[in-house]
Parts: sequence; C-alpha cells; structure tokens
Amino acid sequence: MSEYSADVVVIGGGVVGCAVAFELAQRGCTNVIVVERGTLACGSTGRCGAGVRQQFGTELNCVLARESVRIFEKMDEYLDYEPGVEFRQSGYLILAFSDKQWDQFKKNVALQRSLGIDVKMLTVDEALEIVPFLNTEGMVGATFCNTDGFANPFHTTFAYGQAAKRLGVRIMTHTTVTGIEVENDRIKAVVTDKGKIATDTVVNCAGAYSGDIAKMAGIDLPVWGERHQILVTEPVEPLMGPMVISFHHDFYFQQSVHGSFLGGIGLPEPKGYNIMSTVEFLERMAATLKQLLPPLTQLRVVRQWAGLYDRSPDAQPILGECPPVEKFYNANGFSGHGFMVAPIVGVLLAELITTGKTSIDISKLDMGRFARGELVFEPSVVG
Amino acid sequence: MPENPRPDDNTIICRCEDITLGEIRALIAQGYTTIDEIKRVSRAGMGQCQGRTCRQLIAREIAQALGITVEQVELPQFRPPTRPIVLSTIVEGEGNE
Repeated sequence: MSEYSADVVVIGGGVVGCAVAFELAQRGCTNVIVVERGTLACGSTGRCGAGVRQQFGTELNCVLARESVRIFEKMDEYLDYEPGVEFRQSGYLILAFSDKQWDQFKKNVALQRSLGIDVKMLTVDEALEIVPFLNTEGMVGATFCNTDGFANPFHTTFAYGQAAKRLGVRIMTHTTVTGIEVENDRIKAVVTDKGKIATDTVVNCAGAYSGDIAKMAGIDLPVWGERHQILVTEPVEPLMGPMVISFHHDFYFQQSVHGSFLGGIGLPEPKGYNIMSTVEFLERMAATLKQLLPPLTQLRVVRQWAGLYDRSPDAQPILGECPPVEKFYNANGFSGHGFMVAPIVGVLLAELITTGKTSIDISKLDMGRFARGELVFEPSVVG
Repeated sequence: MPENPRPDDNTIICRCEDITLGEIRALIAQGYTTIDEIKRVSRAGMGQCQGRTCRQLIAREIAQALGITVEQVELPQFRPPTRPIVLSTIVEGEGNE
C-alpha cells in the first residue's frame, strides 16, 4: 500500500528540482511531490558560486544560459517573490593567458555572438578599465559580457519552492528516497523513509547523487560527485564589478551585492561525496589572488565551505528520458553550472513531461549520447 | 517593573548582519524552522562572528515555536577558519600578522 500518490515525483529539492516542480504546476500538472533529503538548497545549489554566465563553448550551454538569463531578469515578478532573488548583471570578465586559449575564446565568442549573446573581446588595457587592480602580467586579452551576473541561490530556490507550493505542489523535506519500484520498464512507486509514493513519473534532480537514484531504477547513469571549495571574505565597499574568471588558473572571484568577495579554485579531486574544507584550498586561493588581484589579499576570509559538482563525462547536462525505463527523466550532470541554467531547464523538463515536446531541441543532451559516442565537450568549465 | 516574559521584537539577534528577533520569528512562522534555513534566507550567522552569538538565540526561538527542546534543534556545521584571517598572511613567506 502507498501512503501517497503523485502524477510526478521530483527527487531533489535544489534549484533544478524546485524549478521543474513549479513549471509542471504552471502547466496544470499540480499533483507533484518534491522529495528532499535535507532542506531546500542544502546541497550543491546552496553551496554554489552563484554566478550566471552565458559565455560557454557549446551551442546548447550558451542557449540554455541565455534563456535562463531572460527568466532571471524578470524572476521576482514571475515567481511573485517579495524578498527578491538579487539578480545583478554586473558582467563576467574572462581572462586569457595564452595564445591557444585566446584562439579558443575567439571561437567561443563567434559562437556566442551568433546566438545573440553580446560578448566583447577586450585588449589587456580595456580589461584594466573594468578591473583596474588586475595584475595583467602574461595576460593576452579578455572577453566580457555585461548581461552575465549572479543571483542568490537560496532565494532563487525558495522562490521556486514557494511558488510551486502555492500552486499545490507538496514538498517533503527531511525525506530520503530509498528505492524506486519498476515493473516491465514502468515506474510504479518511489519508496522513501516517510512512506511510499505511488507514481509513474520520476524526475531525477538529485545532483551529484543522481547516479545513486538512477541505479535504484536499474539505470546506469554516468554522473558523479566532485568536491569544489569556496571561500567568502568580510564585506567591503564596492571594489569590483564583474565576476573575474581565469581558466588558466582554474579560478573565479566576484564581489556580491552584500559586499563580500566569493570565489574558488580547482584542485585535483577524486570522485566522491566528500565536502570537507581544506587548508590547501585556502593557501591556493590566497596565492592565486596575490598573483591576479593583489589588493584583495588584504581582505579577511570569514568562511570556507565545499559542495559537489554533478559531473558528466562531457561537462554538459543530461536532460530527458532514458529508455528502456519509461517516464524516468533526468535533469542532472550540470558539472558546475546547474544553478545558472535551472530556470530554463525547469521549463524544458515540464514541457517534455506534459507535452512530449520542448521549445528548444535538447535531444542531443539525452543519456543516449554516451552510448552513441556523440559527446560534445564543454571547454569552458572552472575546476 | 512591568513583566516582560518575551524579549522585544526589536532586539538585535544577529549583530553582524543586523537582524532582529521579530525578523527571526517571522521567518520561523513562514516555515524556516532550522538554523541553516534561517541563515540561508536572512544571512543570520554568516557575518564576522559566524553565528557565535545568534546561533543559540535562534535555536531557542525555534525550540519555543516548535515545542521542542533546544537540544532537539538541528545544529549547523561550524565552518573554518574559526576567526577571520587576512588572506595575505596565508601566502607562504608573506605572513606579517
């Protein structure tokens, strides 16, 4: 016997799960249950760097980010969220430190501009006009997009969650999925520690744990967890407009609305679920800041933490159904840029589930691409 | 002296982020019933002192609202460093504090 029943069960109460639930409800599919092991935004969403950028190297990542920016721009009204999601378009400045990287950036920018994303290629001097205290030693140039920016991941998730609830979605926090019952490739129920939910449709938005969830339905999903660390400083007066990224240093740093600086750097990481902080990270950040943005080493670091990228083999998301199991939908594998594309992912998954079609062709992002050998590697990932 | 069974709503609970008891109570009423959730939605506990003052006070409010003991309130993770450090002092060979 099942304690609950739902037309759709969304597994994971991060920004993606909440966006999917809201968009489903918007389309009249209101008998939805979101199952979250902890509390909303307690996993990768709440631990992310909060950036929203459109400067990617694959067409689909660019399009997903561009469409999400359009939603972020009107999100407070769209979700009727009074505190606001704090979306600010202060730009992303991406630095190039070699001719090879600069050549890749030229290709990226040509692609981005062809997709209607206004990205400029800047000389070193032009980059200095935007961030005057940048140490440009060894720098070849930079790209800049002034509609990139950042938003508050907590408020964004709460905004989607509350809007979904108002439309009738049930959100079960502190609830762990322990199994998925499948018969003849059809889903029968999602089993949790708070009872069984009868359903025939599941959306797997479990981030780094999506592989574990898929396994419960007998699906071998190539998604794994990879630790990434962040630190935040004391708040100070506005000093730096855009997010500064260097793929060469595997580094990003930005100043938030609140005044604190926040950033991270890539370190070699094994696959896993470890989210402990390390001293090594703090040292690498301090050394890299001294090299790239020297005055900012005078700031005090108040906190550091870690979260997980939900990595996929080609650093692009895995979206859509995965045959032979019917109505098991994936929305995971975002590889460190899930927060920024969540708004459009919510729309596309809800379209797919309610109509079988999507307004943007995401068929290339299905799980089948790995078996077909049709991977399109995203070259622009930090970490 | 008139009896004052509950502190005033204007009492500052989180001094770093300037958050009042009234705001905390309003968030609990909205369904934010763990210290972590209140931190995420309001920044209470994210400032210089990392919640050393407000954490206990917020736990007490949650316990009162839910009718549980303070010990039953979910505790958040303490995050490093324990106190704010100037970044330049961490760079090898650069320490001067």
